[in-house]
Amino acid sequence: MCVLLLTGCEGPYSTLHAAGPAARTTALLWWCMALFATSVLIGVIVVWSLALKREAMDERSARRVARRLIIGGGILLPSLSILVLLAFGIPLGHSMLPIFASEREVLHIEVTARQWQWDVYYPAQNLRLSNELHIPSGEPVLIHLRARDVVHAFWVPRLAGKLDAIPGHTTTLKLEADEPGLYHGQCAEFCGLQHARMYFTVEAHEVADFAAWLQAQERP
Amino acid sequence: MTMSRSEQAAAALRQHLEEVWYNPRGWRAFSVVNHSVLGLRSLLTGTCFFIVGGLLAMLMRTQLALPEQELVDAQRYNQAFTMHGTVMMFLFALPALSGLAMYLIPKMIGARDLLFPRLSAFGYYCYLFGGLILLSTLLWGNAPAAGWFMYTPLSDARYSPDAGADFWLIGITFVEISAISTAVELVVSILRSRAPGMTLRDMPIFCWYILAMALMILFGFPPLILGSLLLELERAAGFVFFAVEGGGDPLLWQHLFWLFGHPEVYILFLPAAGIVSTLIPVFAQRPLIGYSWIVFSIILIGFISFGLWVHHMFTVGIPHLAQAFFSIASMLIAIPTGIQLFAWLATLWAGKVVWRLPMLWIFGFLVIFVCGGLTGVMLALVPFDWQVHDTHFVVAHMHYVLVGGMLFPLIAGLYFWLPHLSGRMPSPLLSRWAFWLTFGGFNLTFLLMHLTGLLGMPRRIYTYPADVGWDELNLLSSIGGFVMALGIAMLIVDIALHFRFGRPAGRNPWNAATLEWAQSMPPPAYNHVSLPVITTRHPLWNHPGLAEEMSEACHGLNDRSGIRETYGTNAVTAEAQERMHLPSNSWLPLGTAFVIALTCCALLASLYWVALLTAVGALLLLLRWSWINGAHPDYSPAALDATAYPPVHWRTRSGPGLWGTATALLADGALYLSLIFGWLYLWTVAPQWSAPRSSPLSLAPLLISGVFLGAASLWYWRGVQGLRQGRGEHWAQRCLLTAGLGLLHVLALLYTAAQAELQPTFSSHDSVLFVLIAYLVLHSGLAVIATLLQARRAQLNYVNARQPYEPEVVLLLWKYALASFWTALAAFVLLPLAWSVP
Repeated sequence: MCVLLLTGCEGPYSTLHAAGPAARTTALLWWCMALFATSVLIGVIVVWSLALKREAMDERSARRVARRLIIGGGILLPSLSILVLLAFGIPLGHSMLPIFASEREVLHIEVTARQWQWDVYYPAQNLRLSNELHIPSGEPVLIHLRARDVVHAFWVPRLAGKLDAIPGHTTTLKLEADEPGLYHGQCAEFCGLQHARMYFTVEAHEVADFAAWLQAQERP
Repeated sequence: MTMSRSEQAAAALRQHLEEVWYNPRGWRAFSVVNHSVLGLRSLLTGTCFFIVGGLLAMLMRTQLALPEQELVDAQRYNQAFTMHGTVMMFLFALPALSGLAMYLIPKMIGARDLLFPRLSAFGYYCYLFGGLILLSTLLWGNAPAAGWFMYTPLSDARYSPDAGADFWLIGITFVEISAISTAVELVVSILRSRAPGMTLRDMPIFCWYILAMALMILFGFPPLILGSLLLELERAAGFVFFAVEGGGDPLLWQHLFWLFGHPEVYILFLPAAGIVSTLIPVFAQRPLIGYSWIVFSIILIGFISFGLWVHHMFTVGIPHLAQAFFSIASMLIAIPTGIQLFAWLATLWAGKVVWRLPMLWIFGFLVIFVCGGLTGVMLALVPFDWQVHDTHFVVAHMHYVLVGGMLFPLIAGLYFWLPHLSGRMPSPLLSRWAFWLTFGGFNLTFLLMHLTGLLGMPRRIYTYPADVGWDELNLLSSIGGFVMALGIAMLIVDIALHFRFGRPAGRNPWNAATLEWAQSMPPPAYNHVSLPVITTRHPLWNHPGLAEEMSEACHGLNDRSGIRETYGTNAVTAEAQERMHLPSNSWLPLGTAFVIALTCCALLASLYWVALLTAVGALLLLLRWSWINGAHPDYSPAALDATAYPPVHWRTRSGPGLWGTATALLADGALYLSLIFGWLYLWTVAPQWSAPRSSPLSLAPLLISGVFLGAASLWYWRGVQGLRQGRGEHWAQRCLLTAGLGLLHVLALLYTAAQAELQPTFSSHDSVLFVLIAYLVLHSGLAVIATLLQARRAQLNYVNARQPYEPEVVLLLWKYALASFWTALAAFVLLPLAWSVP
């Protein structure tokens, strides 16, 4: 059943076919929330359907039932659910931030979005690419996003969440792929006529292979 | 059969009321100001726009049914989704709900009409003309294409060079006048014209929902009105607010838009929840359980909903502490929503439910809305939102809460009140088919869409690649769309046909408790023959025979006064205080709205001198309107009679106009606060903000201007105090002096502005100051003009110590001008001065 479900969730842009730590965390959050939400929805429908068939109650019993339902269902249920959700969600969200617990060497890539393509620049290596990124697998990299013209958004669903690129601002995204492979990205903020065709790719290499690849690019 | 004396008197009264409240037919119907007619017109017009929006959706779904399709090209598709969202949100959802509210509220609170009938008519025509202006873009082929939330820079002059965006900005702002006017109308009517004895605690729960909705409109719409004005100035005149070069910021648009956008969805949800809260007690055959809990929840939602807007901007890169705050707030709103849900459940549980057609739609609401609410809590979790923001998951969520939380209750309400309107019942077979097709089609379309979004399909794409996992899902969604369209078509046919073929319903077929069911069906223009004193929340349940008593003229306002009037009651104690004299049919609302429409068209055609001319024309029409709406021996003879009780409101100091002006000033203040927000935001965040070391507005002439304004206000205020104590001599001279001082204030202000040599096309700093000066001049100018008119009216003896009402209203204008001027000085001149001191 799970395998069936999971194969239906595959796809080059699928957030549920995660290939990076951020996407994996989010997919897990999704499944937990979906399970809980489905139970609540079914529960509410069942109670509502039962209520439709009941006989009238006297005023005192009615008030008692009402207090239980309103306080239990209307206040306690949402409050507790929210607390649990935030207790997990906030630390998990924090772990996706582009900050690191300790000083480390990280690859920086500058991506400038414009209608309707992605200009990629590796500042340390003075390397320019178009519509493609190359990163080492198993290690986080920092993407610095800018926009030349209108608002765009950089999104590689299988690896991590999206981040907007806004003219005049620079935003930073932490991206990491678990394994080598080719991952697909797209613009995720409506940016005009060809927004639907603003794709890019992220290719992750083994660390050693990546170093070799970088070297190969630097040769004139 | 001979009638008794009392029956003869009642019949004579009914005849008299028919004449006084007459609604003409044929082409003269355009001058009608009655709330029932205007409410129904809004509903009907909203339905027509709904059909347009629906057809656009069908176009989109047809294109997306298969991958790599281009039935329409990218530009047309982008126009289609922009117009679909805009039409549905601005031209269908709110007007339909406020139309229903306009129709029902006076009937429910035991009044004869809303308190500003001509304003209602004006609001309707603004909505109609604004909507037609926007729709005309579909004909010209230049519909806006930047999405219904029109993010900058995509929607600015450089990236959307054609006029579509201007049509959006100007057309929608025109429509928003209607929203604001309806809001003012509803707030004041609910607070001040309830039947005597109907305290806030005895008010039907629907009225609480509508009161909250109206207050939210007053605070929620102005940020968008300001934003639209600023964007249009940027597009047409080259001002700088959202462009980075010159010191603007695209994010300012997003903030202003969502400051409106988030409250907007609760503005749509609350009246629908009000319908649910009204229907459930009727079909459970018992009073609503948890009335106080629900009122508390409504108030909580009203406040919290203004603190959530950034959850639409989680991917923008704002600081994470701020994101956490908005995430928590967005989840917390589930609590008052849950309280209402469980109060409804408790009412059903404790009652004995009769299963009727409206309950079927309420059940549909339950399933769809709860599902939408749950996905909403998911979206409030920031890391999850980072994945599904701007994907079809959000499209699914949005349609679940809007269709489930707004459309289904609206339809339930339509079926519920249909027999009230037409005296007939709809078809059982057709209506059930309509429900199941709509419900089934909707879920087929949108349930799968959650998965489509999780599989990575973004929003607003005109086509998608094959074999990435989206093909079957999109096809099924499109099929669902057609099924739902069929269901909606059946619904419309059912309602249309029932007027002719429906089974007669009899009075109060559902055995409901609220006053609207006391009327004969279809209801007369004046609603109730006589107005009762209310002592209970369920008058028709606890006071059997009330309906007959009212139509036999046994209760209040049963004299033949010759004017349109209803009770004015104290907002808290509901004691009868005044007889509110209401204006009758007039061509002014249509004429004024039409001239404003001409102004909009002239602006869109870039004919700026024509626009200026028509704008002045509109102003003159408005002033004429205010002139003849005031006390006048011909229009308000009862005002001269000192013995009538309760007194006609011209003889008091607290009539509809005072409350209406104060309420409208709330919205005005919200606009002003948004401007101050914009100023502070750009100053702290805009990437290329630059401000000169000292403000271009020099302090000395500003202070002089402020002193003149203070003197004018003080002088006027002293005069009003004298009027309150019965001393009204030399009122005309007092007004003239006030106006003179006010004029000097305006001149000093203009001098300061001229001296400043502002360059709004170069910097956002100067652009904001320019808008500020224009705002202050407009408000002070309005106060001066109103005072000059007062002077003339005092000379004609329309205003004096026995009719002290109008000066109170004008005093409000001076107070507002004074407050906004000194706030401006503090926020725009002194604050920067203090900040730059080293």
